[in-house]
Amino acid sequence: MGKSIIDKIWEKHVVHREEGKPDLVYIDLHLVHEVTSPQAFSGLRMKNRKVRRPDKTFATVDHNIPTDNRKVINDPVALNQMTTLEKNCLEFGIPLAGLDSPEQGIVHVIGPELGLTQPGMTIVCGDSHTSTHGAFGSIAFGIGTSEVEHVMATQTLWQSKPKTLKLEINGDLKKGVTAKDVILYIIAKNGIGFGTGHIIEYCGDAIAKMSMEERMTICNMSIEGGARAGLVSPDETTFAYLQGRKYAPEGAEFAQAVENWKELVSDPDAAYDKTIQIDAADIAPMVSWGTNPSMTSKVNEKLPKLEECKNELEQKSLSRALDYMGLQEGQKIEDIQIQHVFIGSCTNSRLEDLKQAAEIIRGKKVHPQVRALVVPGSQQVKKQAEAEGLDLIFKQAGFEWRESGCSMCLSMNNDIVPSGEHCASTSNRNFEGRQGSGARTHLVSPLMAAAAALYGHFVDVGALLSAETVQ
Amino acid sequence: MSGFKTLQGKAAALDRANVDTDQIIPKQFLKRIEKTGFGQYLFYDWRFTKDGLPNPEFELNKEENLGAPILIANENFGCGSSREHAPWALGDYGFKVIIAPSFADIFHQNCLKNGLLPITLPAETVEYLLKCAKSQPYELKVDLQNQVIEDEHSFSVSFSINDYWKKMLINGWDEIEITLQLESSISNFEEKLLAVQ
Repeated sequence: MGKSIIDKIWEKHVVHREEGKPDLVYIDLHLVHEVTSPQAFSGLRMKNRKVRRPDKTFATVDHNIPTDNRKVINDPVALNQMTTLEKNCLEFGIPLAGLDSPEQGIVHVIGPELGLTQPGMTIVCGDSHTSTHGAFGSIAFGIGTSEVEHVMATQTLWQSKPKTLKLEINGDLKKGVTAKDVILYIIAKNGIGFGTGHIIEYCGDAIAKMSMEERMTICNMSIEGGARAGLVSPDETTFAYLQGRKYAPEGAEFAQAVENWKELVSDPDAAYDKTIQIDAADIAPMVSWGTNPSMTSKVNEKLPKLEECKNELEQKSLSRALDYMGLQEGQKIEDIQIQHVFIGSCTNSRLEDLKQAAEIIRGKKVHPQVRALVVPGSQQVKKQAEAEGLDLIFKQAGFEWRESGCSMCLSMNNDIVPSGEHCASTSNRNFEGRQGSGARTHLVSPLMAAAAALYGHFVDVGALLSAETVQ
Repeated sequence: MSGFKTLQGKAAALDRANVDTDQIIPKQFLKRIEKTGFGQYLFYDWRFTKDGLPNPEFELNKEENLGAPILIANENFGCGSSREHAPWALGDYGFKVIIAPSFADIFHQNCLKNGLLPITLPAETVEYLLKCAKSQPYELKVDLQNQVIEDEHSFSVSFSINDYWKKMLINGWDEIEITLQLESSISNFEEKLLAVQ
């Protein structure tokens, strides 16, 4: 029986294997941010330990930083966390893209952008959306702070090898359907826990046709289906993306690296613990209406009814979710009124995402009842977007144009959705209170978010684009 | 970390599916740089009303559930973010054991690293325990050494746990210390890595 890419990368990283124990796995890249690292550094200090490989570690600030005025940080607790990271990086010799660095950005945007993320690597970060980096054909997963400390001290982790899940998507996507809709559709169809205990390999011709940014969006939300990691085999698209990036190999070394990376494909007879097939043509623009990412439907559908639930637990969850969201069972999704639009987050804040949204709003105005903001994923994305004039398109339409950070994805800073109001958000989680206490989040693609900003409610962006083509 | 062997105490029921880490500890409380003091914020948005008063409707605020060291939860407990603040908050509040039909991967791992024992049992067993725990007083005895849970009546069930984690929990060992004993294996691995590059 052949091996999958997951098996191949895993086996290459086992430092120590012993009966009855998890494997001791080597970590090639450790990304660090301000929220989940301070206690790890304190732990090292208490035991007089060092960071074993600062050269394989890279830090930035993203979670609780302001995205409006960077000069003024009003929250003293958040400020303390940021300065603590600066001090820790200095003390332990870790490179840091700080608040005023041109390389600062959301950790999962800058890793790939700087070429730190490379095929075949094991990558960890104290953040569950580390799965994003799997788009490059690496095993990348989120860890807790104890594990952050463990990686800092030893450059390894004790991990039982997860099961493998092959998720194959074939066919052509319909107009207005993006990578975000693909992953939302997968989670809606298979449930919030379908990937628990597994690493997903996304494959099929629909994935092969996708850009790196689209693949990142898909891998990013693997954790929303319960999978700690999701990956895509590297190919010419991957190599072309990496060439010339700051930390990617150069010249002859790059050519050699590409030769090695080409081996990172699953054998034709590779065995998987689970297989799921998806037809790309079945997918429509998606909108989440509930309080977890599996509570999602196609934009032209209606909300489910309580009587349609399979069991009591599901019925209770639906009832709670409808109550929290202030929605009625059976209601049309297109009738949901929107007061906020957030384009940003590690799921959808890259240049392609901003370009797509800008195409929808070019020359139009944000609906008077809507407050809309764009938060680029990194300072580099912001700069590129400004070079292409995207900032002007957004600003002229009535969007706020911000500095890079996690912002309203988890609202740790002051970008908050008020209680009871609805937000069309390109982020990844619609949990209760995620965007603010009582805030009502709807997960959508950048195209859908942009359209909602113009209309003040959800519209089928596929139909919108087709109509524009006819005109 | 102190070791875990057996524990007897009240079991409280939180019968909700997919309880995410944003509910366990909301993001506004993640800005501290210590590991302690998170218990006061546990389940904050459910536990307190908008005025900051205890919400009498919330399960864990009921008189009979106060001080319970065992939490009976439902499927996919701890999904979402990797924040270890979630087990820190649960532990600081007083929980030592969580029983559920399934746990999210990262949360499960984070519990084990903090001396909090996550026990997975079949859905019908958890359903039974949830029912029992809803009519307090209901106590359980959790014996990690023998991997058995019993109540004061006739209920008894065994549970499985990876031997490695069992040993770590019972002895309260420092995992980094153990790994550092394999220093030569790590160095050898790094040398091989350099040779390939």
